[in-house]
Amino acid sequence: MAWDYSEKLKDHFYHPRNVGVIEDADGKAEVGSIACGDALTFYLKLDRDKKRIADARFKTFGCGSAIASASALTEMVVGKTLEEALRISNQDIADYLDGIPQEKMHCSVMGREALEAAVANARGERPEKVEHEEGGLVCRCFGVTEPKIERAIRENDLRTVEQVTHYTKAGGGCGTCAEEIQAIIDRVRRQQAETRPSAPPAQPRHLTNLRKIALIQETIEHEIRPALQKDGGDIELIDIEGDKVHIAFTGHCAGCKASGFTLAWAQDKLRELVSGSIVVVEHDAEEASR
Amino acid sequence: MRTVYLDNNATTAVAPEALDAMMPFLTDRYGNPSSMHAFGGDVAGEIERARERVAALVGAEHAAEILFTSCGTESDSTAIVSALEAYADRRQVVTTRVEHPAVLSLANHLERKGYEVVRVGVDREGNLDVAELRAVLSDRTAIVSVMWANNETGVVFPVEEIGRMAKEAGALFHTDAVQAVGKIPMQVGRAAIDMLSLSGHKIHAPKGVGALYVRRGTKFRPFMIGGHQERNRRGGTENVAGIVALGKAAELAAAHIGEECTRVAALRDRLERGLLDRIPHSIVNGNREKRLPNTLNISFEFVEGEAILLLLDKIGVCASSGSACTSGSLEPSHVLRAMGVPFTFAHGSIRFSLSRYNTDDDVDLVLDKLPGIVARLREISPFTRSA
Repeated sequence: MAWDYSEKLKDHFYHPRNVGVIEDADGKAEVGSIACGDALTFYLKLDRDKKRIADARFKTFGCGSAIASASALTEMVVGKTLEEALRISNQDIADYLDGIPQEKMHCSVMGREALEAAVANARGERPEKVEHEEGGLVCRCFGVTEPKIERAIRENDLRTVEQVTHYTKAGGGCGTCAEEIQAIIDRVRRQQAETRPSAPPAQPRHLTNLRKIALIQETIEHEIRPALQKDGGDIELIDIEGDKVHIAFTGHCAGCKASGFTLAWAQDKLRELVSGSIVVVEHDAEEASR
Repeated sequence: MRTVYLDNNATTAVAPEALDAMMPFLTDRYGNPSSMHAFGGDVAGEIERARERVAALVGAEHAAEILFTSCGTESDSTAIVSALEAYADRRQVVTTRVEHPAVLSLANHLERKGYEVVRVGVDREGNLDVAELRAVLSDRTAIVSVMWANNETGVVFPVEEIGRMAKEAGALFHTDAVQAVGKIPMQVGRAAIDMLSLSGHKIHAPKGVGALYVRRGTKFRPFMIGGHQERNRRGGTENVAGIVALGKAAELAAAHIGEECTRVAALRDRLERGLLDRIPHSIVNGNREKRLPNTLNISFEFVEGEAILLLLDKIGVCASSGSACTSGSLEPSHVLRAMGVPFTFAHGSIRFSLSRYNTDDDVDLVLDKLPGIVARLREISPFTRSA
């Protein structure tokens, strides 16, 4: 399929700016993956006062618009403070390139993600490698979480599942999550219509140990296991130490490349339904046999 | 800038002889072949000549076994839907995971309508799992539809063997031979093949004309229902100019088939060897021994296919890719995925498909420029290992 790329986008693809690595970067981020078809490593270097971005470099695996988006981003951030840089939206990246075809907007979203992660890394908030965001996994093919979809909908005023796919890739694989995406769109639009401030975060619950164990078991049994079994997988509760829940994946989930997402999703469910401080860890079989 | 066209599995240049042959039917000889008067009736004779030429190209025993359609997709739909209607007590369609969308999408559609569809897999080299296919055949199978050669990798399937297996199960066998016709010799009349699809624009005829071979005696139900054209097997006034051009193109293809298998194959082999030698971390996708003589599907690790195509396009080279960004979806080609090609390679796959109009200069240009293009993209890629 021939894409309708702007002259400016083509220029940034044919002559990408600031390709490379910053060895002593203040902020570094890796987003995307080779399996998903595009990936970006983004580096930031601050000036001597650690106030403004003095240099930005990138390396991209991906198509023309992925390379151009990263190239544009490096030009856009230099000279800005971290706060100013964070105000750059994916639409700003697209505008800087005189537009990106709708089907390719996920390239600009990847740029924005890398920028945020690199800034967080520069502030010492996050590791440089972003495996996944917190939150429930909606699209298993591309590992896209609900918060990411929700944010893309809000920031870009998306109205259809197809648009969400263009911006986040969610739904672009097997397509079985289309209904779930539609439900998120509907919910966001309802919330926007109500224009009510969102509800305050749930207060931490005080639970006795026995009650907590029972709740964890119930949540795994009724919330988590049925979802995994739908995909031919399963989950086993191994142990509970305080807030640490040891689990093992079996069936299709064992060795699945998306099990990291599944783990995060399970943790999210337990935090939502049991306690916000729960940490889910995958049970290490080797350690157990020792 | 000179256009170097290496995308002949997508479509081909119209042969000048085919264009010359069709022109009178777009100007002076516009008569309807169904008319009683000689002005129209004489045109019918030209259609029959084209039929004979197409029959000769595929090795059909009788010209009447060829019916003209509008394209390969129509031929595929006609064959498969006809079999299901003619054998209404059989509800199963057996095909492969690597068919062209013309068959795959139809199979998905039939599945939604309640038919059982089995899609047989391929191995890492793109060879069909013939044992799996044999195992699923039964008296419930209405039709087996397996492409003669794959459009992306060029891998050739053992259609004669599969045809015999289908026959033993009492099922019809159809082959989508759109990519194979004109590139490798075939004798459909002597093989256990009931129906065969071909397309004009893949063999240097214009777009908008195709053909379906239906073996004499095969139960058949028309897909396009209308007038008595094509012996009541395909209604609709004939695309006379297209059919005449297809006849001429078939005649030319038959005359050049030796060249396809020698000179074109040698060009392809030189391109393949040269790229593998010049570009590290590159692999050929598909069985190199059982392959069409014109097709090369090659992957370059750590780079993405669309980016390669854009840089090739800039120097006038036309090819295609199985990468996600060019497949019209977000996932790489279904053929490479069915083969289990690793993602690091699947996204960086490029298909070069040659024709008899290609020259040594075309190959030299790619050998000269592509290594630099891949090296440049690897410079940008975060995954490139330090060599």
